[in-house]
Amino acid sequence: MGKRIGCRRHHDPGKGATLSHHLIVSDLTVSFNRIPAIHHLSLTLPCSSCVGLLGPNGAGKTTLLKAIAGLLPIETGSIEFKGHSVIGAHRPGKSIAYVPQREAVDWDFPITVRGLVEMGRYPALGMWRPFGSADREIVDQALEIMDLKDFALRQISALSGGQQQRAFLARAWAQQSDIYLLDEPSTGLDQNARAALTRVLHHLRAEGKLVIASHHELKDVPELFDQVVILNGELVASGATSTAFTPQTVDRAFQTRVFSGSHDHHASGGHS
Amino acid sequence: MNWLFEPFQYEFMIRALVVCVLIGFTNGFLGAFVVLRRLALMADALSHSLLPGLAVAAIFVGLSPGGLMIGGLIAAAIVAVGGQMIARSSRIKDETAIASLYIIAFAIGIVLIRYARVRVDLDGFLFGNILGVADSDLITSFAISVVILLGLMALHRPLLVALFEPSVARTQGIPVTALLAALILMIVLAMLSSLQAVGVLLSLGLLILPAATMYLLSDSYQLLSWGAAALGVIGAVAGLILSYWANIPSGPAIVMVLGTGFILAYLFSPKYGVIAKSLRPRHMHEESLRRWPKK
Repeated sequence: MGKRIGCRRHHDPGKGATLSHHLIVSDLTVSFNRIPAIHHLSLTLPCSSCVGLLGPNGAGKTTLLKAIAGLLPIETGSIEFKGHSVIGAHRPGKSIAYVPQREAVDWDFPITVRGLVEMGRYPALGMWRPFGSADREIVDQALEIMDLKDFALRQISALSGGQQQRAFLARAWAQQSDIYLLDEPSTGLDQNARAALTRVLHHLRAEGKLVIASHHELKDVPELFDQVVILNGELVASGATSTAFTPQTVDRAFQTRVFSGSHDHHASGGHS
Repeated sequence: MNWLFEPFQYEFMIRALVVCVLIGFTNGFLGAFVVLRRLALMADALSHSLLPGLAVAAIFVGLSPGGLMIGGLIAAAIVAVGGQMIARSSRIKDETAIASLYIIAFAIGIVLIRYARVRVDLDGFLFGNILGVADSDLITSFAISVVILLGLMALHRPLLVALFEPSVARTQGIPVTALLAALILMIVLAMLSSLQAVGVLLSLGLLILPAATMYLLSDSYQLLSWGAAALGVIGAVAGLILSYWANIPSGPAIVMVLGTGFILAYLFSPKYGVIAKSLRPRHMHEESLRRWPKK
């Protein structure tokens, strides 16, 4: 299998071969209620990496993830992957998978883990094409990779938090996504579940995928991520964890308010 | 088996039977999506708001199925869209807005219906009169059933993704709002098809109860919709037979039969029934933790 399925599939002769394997964010501004939550942000993130999105509450981590997923309208700038814009007319479609926060999911929905992963095949199947043996194989593979084989027939609420998260990652895999966006994935997970999550995220990286996760537990960062993006309304630092994740950059993000740390601040009229 | 066959020696009962099978299946199948999207109260609002549309149609074109359908659709659309408009343009929340509009519409409908050209039986509109099913009603029910079932089968994949996670559906380029509008349109059509059998007020039961029952019995959405369709047929036909023997109106009879099924599932469902739940301590989390360290 190896890296065949990863970002490498695509070769666009018009673009530089290296850039087509990158998620390129340039001059991105995204606003909530006309107040910018992220501000003129430029980033280049390579495939085959685990990127940690760091910063205080309200720094725009979720906003950035949602903007990449195409869930929020962007005000300025662009987001490109494989030489195509991921917003507007060219929806990210199946290449970008957004794993929702736990609270955003209706856990009583009558669906099993397997059924959830099968949903990942829907975009490829369209309306009428029947679910075939190739689809079944991909679903099996996704369950295997995410260590969910034993739970495939459980209804999704009858899983632990870590398993629930991996079920959504398995669906993203079945969708054959190249970019995996996770919002605070390790929140509320116990030690074992965190270890399992780290394992599967690193597996995705080894398969050539780009994993981007917002994160607030600073001490896990070096172990989890090989790249970091440190935000505070605007970009504080980004790059390899070994160089960009330093006490200085962390301090700058968490102690000074480069742009503004909180939405409440704006809501109460403090914005000038 | 005489009790089963005797009612159907009459032609009107056979027609009623066919209508029951059609509307039971269609409403049940559609109801699954209504329950998944938590649209039951919306459906209730729509059912009430049909009345003024039906009344206006009765005033201007009499009781033809086509006229009733158009009138009902327009009235339901005004309430649904108007509710959204009020919710967006004022501090009133959307469920308050919709409830306010539908109850106003309902009151207007009751008044208007007195001005119909033909003598209209208000009870018939509100509670149904399945023994009065005409051939034109049969054709209407059949056409609506075909449209709804084909529509749901064509749209079931994007619809399920949209119902489960609207935001993820949007990232996949699924037109979530349009799908919801289509679903609401189908709800109104289904209610119009069951108008003759169970009436405006009880049409909700045929839509919601089979799916609510199956929701307590199944963990798969396929089973939810097909099971609800089957339950809808069984409930409608059993209700029809009950109404014949007990000499009660068909609408309440059907809803009471379906309601009995719902209460039984609530009590006795092996997995989600209250009795099973109280007998079985749940330790899903501990169990999965024990199974977890696999290395």
